Amino acid sequence: MTAVAPSRARRVAALVGRARELGIVVALALVIIPTALVNPRFVEAQGIRDLLLNASVVAVLAAGQTLVVVTRNVDLSVGSTLGLSAFLTARVFADHPDVPIVLGLLVGVGVGLVCGVVNGLLVAVGRVPSLVVTLGTLHVFRGVDFALAQGTQINASNLPDDLLDLGNGRLFGVPVLVLITLAVVAAAALYLRSYRSGRDLYAIGSNPEAAVLAGIPVPRRVFTAFLLSGTVAGLAGALWVARYGTVDAAAGTGLELQVVAAVVVGGVAIFGGSGTVVGAALGALLLGTIASCLVVLRVPAFWQQAISGALLIGAITVDRLLALRLARELRGRSDHDA
Amino acid sequence: MLERFARWETALVALLVLVAVVGQIRTGGAFLDGGNLFYLGLDIGEVALIALPLTLVVVSGEIDLSVASVLGLSSAVIGELWDAGWTLEAILPTVVVLGAVCGAVNGLLVTRLGLPSLAVTIGTLALYRGLALVVLGDRAVADFPASFTEFGTAPVPGTWVPWPILLCAVLAVAFAITLHTSSFGRSVYAIGSNEEGARFSGIRVKRVKLTLFVLTGAMSALAGIVYTFRFSSARADNGVGLELAVVAAVLLGGVSIFGGRGTLGGVLAGVLLLGGLRNVLILDDVSTEILTVVTGLLLLVSVLAPALTARVRTSSTGRRSP
Amino acid sequence: MTPRPAVTTLVLLLSGAVALAGCSGTSKNSVQSDAPAAGGTAAADPNATIKEGLRITFLPKAVNNPYFTVAQKGSDEAASAIKAELKATGPSEASASSQVTYINTAAQQKQNALVLSANDANAVAPALKTARSQGVKVVTFDSDAAADARDVFVNQATAQEIAAVQVKMVAEATGGQGEIAILSATPNATNQNAWIEIMKTELAKPANAGLKLVETAYGNDDDQTSFQKTQGLLQAHPNLKGIISPTTVGVAAAARYLSSSEYKGKVALTGLGTPNQMRDFVKDGTVKSFALWDPSKLGYLAVYAAGALASGQITGAEGEEFKAGDLGDYTIGAKGELVLGPPTEFTASNIDQFNF
Repeated sequence: MTAVAPSRARRVAALVGRARELGIVVALALVIIPTALVNPRFVEAQGIRDLLLNASVVAVLAAGQTLVVVTRNVDLSVGSTLGLSAFLTARVFADHPDVPIVLGLLVGVGVGLVCGVVNGLLVAVGRVPSLVVTLGTLHVFRGVDFALAQGTQINASNLPDDLLDLGNGRLFGVPVLVLITLAVVAAAALYLRSYRSGRDLYAIGSNPEAAVLAGIPVPRRVFTAFLLSGTVAGLAGALWVARYGTVDAAAGTGLELQVVAAVVVGGVAIFGGSGTVVGAALGALLLGTIASCLVVLRVPAFWQQAISGALLIGAITVDRLLALRLARELRGRSDHDA
Repeated sequence: MLERFARWETALVALLVLVAVVGQIRTGGAFLDGGNLFYLGLDIGEVALIALPLTLVVVSGEIDLSVASVLGLSSAVIGELWDAGWTLEAILPTVVVLGAVCGAVNGLLVTRLGLPSLAVTIGTLALYRGLALVVLGDRAVADFPASFTEFGTAPVPGTWVPWPILLCAVLAVAFAITLHTSSFGRSVYAIGSNEEGARFSGIRVKRVKLTLFVLTGAMSALAGIVYTFRFSSARADNGVGLELAVVAAVLLGGVSIFGGRGTLGGVLAGVLLLGGLRNVLILDDVSTEILTVVTGLLLLVSVLAPALTARVRTSSTGRRSP
Repeated sequence: MTPRPAVTTLVLLLSGAVALAGCSGTSKNSVQSDAPAAGGTAAADPNATIKEGLRITFLPKAVNNPYFTVAQKGSDEAASAIKAELKATGPSEASASSQVTYINTAAQQKQNALVLSANDANAVAPALKTARSQGVKVVTFDSDAAADARDVFVNQATAQEIAAVQVKMVAEATGGQGEIAILSATPNATNQNAWIEIMKTELAKPANAGLKLVETAYGNDDDQTSFQKTQGLLQAHPNLKGIISPTTVGVAAAARYLSSSEYKGKVALTGLGTPNQMRDFVKDGTVKSFALWDPSKLGYLAVYAAGALASGQITGAEGEEFKAGDLGDYTIGAKGELVLGPPTEFTASNIDQFNF
């Protein structure tokens, strides 16, 4: 094998990575353009804002989830973490209306951080499978949420106007929540791409044994990934309050499956080692857009879920077929070079 | 290794006995009452039926999250065909075959395309539930004849054993023989511990996996039949969220999520423990939030306990895990 | 044995086994249903006093549901008024299967009465019948079970009234002209489905000829989905003039979305919501009026009915009367149904008088 081969292989590999994100963008266009042709309202300012806002909570969660999934783990407790954080954030604002907005939001982030630390400790220190651990904490966090809420609800009229305005507010025409989402996605993407510890996450996911041998502090890195995922879910809980204005103990129930679906559609390998935060966020946007366009296209209500499910399977199938073809091409070229 | 897992199952049985004894004392003898055991049996019927094949799927290193949606779809189809005037004798086999087809779709996507089963079955979870809505919409069908609904509401004459549990027991024996004594069962374990190795030793990995998914689909449909008759109610939303309960029972039973390890006995003990604990807590008027927390804690213990005891043992003998 | 024959054999065995479950053909047409009439067989003693120390189980569709938390407050008040021992319990998610466990438990615990809101009218029926045969008096409230499976149903208002008031409110808000849509809970929500059916008959009346129902969407009683479906309705139907959301989660989510969108003031919203949830949106003009009953009074009346039943004051037969504490006298109507009263309409002028 000549010295050229690896660099070319790397180029093709980079292409594969980019192609995945490009693929989602193409899929988005395929969903949006026909819908817009049928109903121009879909792409008017309000329509676009709604699409972005709808995707933002799942996109934030997907960004955090990506950090975990690339290490060959999964965090199923994000829905419950979000619910717990949303309720406690709302509680703080309802009981102390004068609390500064940022401080209140930090309460939510803090709750998420604690949940993330719990998961991280169990997985990294206890060295037990994350799917089982987070399925367990999914129940535990939700149970704590139930116990704290005692069946009560916090309504918009109990929440400070500044917080609700944050949920509806815009900066230069872009909703504030969307800007926060972009910031989270950008930060997570930068971390995975350009930081040593972020790159380590990929190494751990590709081959955990090799990562240990390469001197990567695997437990510490995995712990960090869970901590970040929890923190991000906590932030998402606080944003949930700002957006919906009504919170009870059931907020975010079942959200974990949507998040995992977004991550998978976004091209993040469920067995770790590859995938990007931007892809996952785009995956969230794609799934949200499909759900919206089915209503706009007046698809009968009873058909919408089935079509969503079929498209989800279609998306991962196409993605897989493309990846297989690119891999074959890649292999063909290196064979040729050798 | 085997010894360690035998230990977890021993621990499960010990926990079961503990729950029964404490439950019996706390509830003043109401727990081990025949009537209560009958209800307990009814409550765990569907979960147990689905847990049987799902155990094999997880041992082979895969997962199926679409089971509750297959249950819902089969319930919707029962309702629709019954309304259309079909006989139940024709409907029921049709529904089981339909479940097998659902399982085959999962299995083909996983084995032929090499897609991860977690992703595939999250997709079909939405798809099958969606199809249930397409079939039955917002309708509820409830006018099933008593001769059939009694299957889900009356005990086997002369005992307190519910019919679904009898069915489950028969199938459990069949599954246990398949998994623990047949060459097919050995190949399931082989695939789960080392798929490459299994392939090289001549096991037809894809076929075995496909078989397991098909079985899971058929059994989920069977659970759908039991559910529909037990509640005498066919609705598209039957069994929503049940997948988490089944997966929890399988994992609590000591089956490794990475495949290759676990026994049916452990899983049945897991099903009984979760169901029994729930039953005792409800009888004892313990609040729902505690119930939710306890379910989660049990799952955590199920993985932490074996891992920690293993580590204590390795450190005491001075060996290090690689 | 290779796997392929194994699977075929197993599936065939399974389906064959279920096929053998019956010998002759059992189809819908070959069986006739028998629905015994509701109401007890024993005679009522109107002069009986309500016994003290009755043990009553209160079983909502799901605990942690704010609507039922309010209802429970009322039931607690009634229980302390009649000196009963009330136990509130229930599943964490609104599914029929989980509710049945609690019904069985109430029977096991030999409670005197069970007060419940049914998740699925048919699914809970067998368990309720068993409980009744063991001496438990069964009162349904908010959402009925099959009529032969309970003694009394305490209805918040007649389905007719609930549907009619919502159509009336949307007609007022839209000026009686234009396209309207419904944002419901889940496709299987029994109450909502019953109300929507009656709304359709109401809309077919000549008085409402100007209103055209274009779509029914389902927000699944989830904030996120309700938001999304509201947006979809508004985009799909550019001429939409009004939305009816007959569920507290849906109406609050739709109100929150409308209040922040460009559709505010252009598309009218009404439905069933709690005053606390809707206060802000009524004040900012997004919603002109909406309706509901007081859930705590519903819980109060249901527990009084349970007490009267368990004491032999009533049996659930039509025409029987009893006194429900502060709420005054009630008479049982056809099919063992009690009606709390007409729903209350909330507007900017009266909303501050309510706190639930």
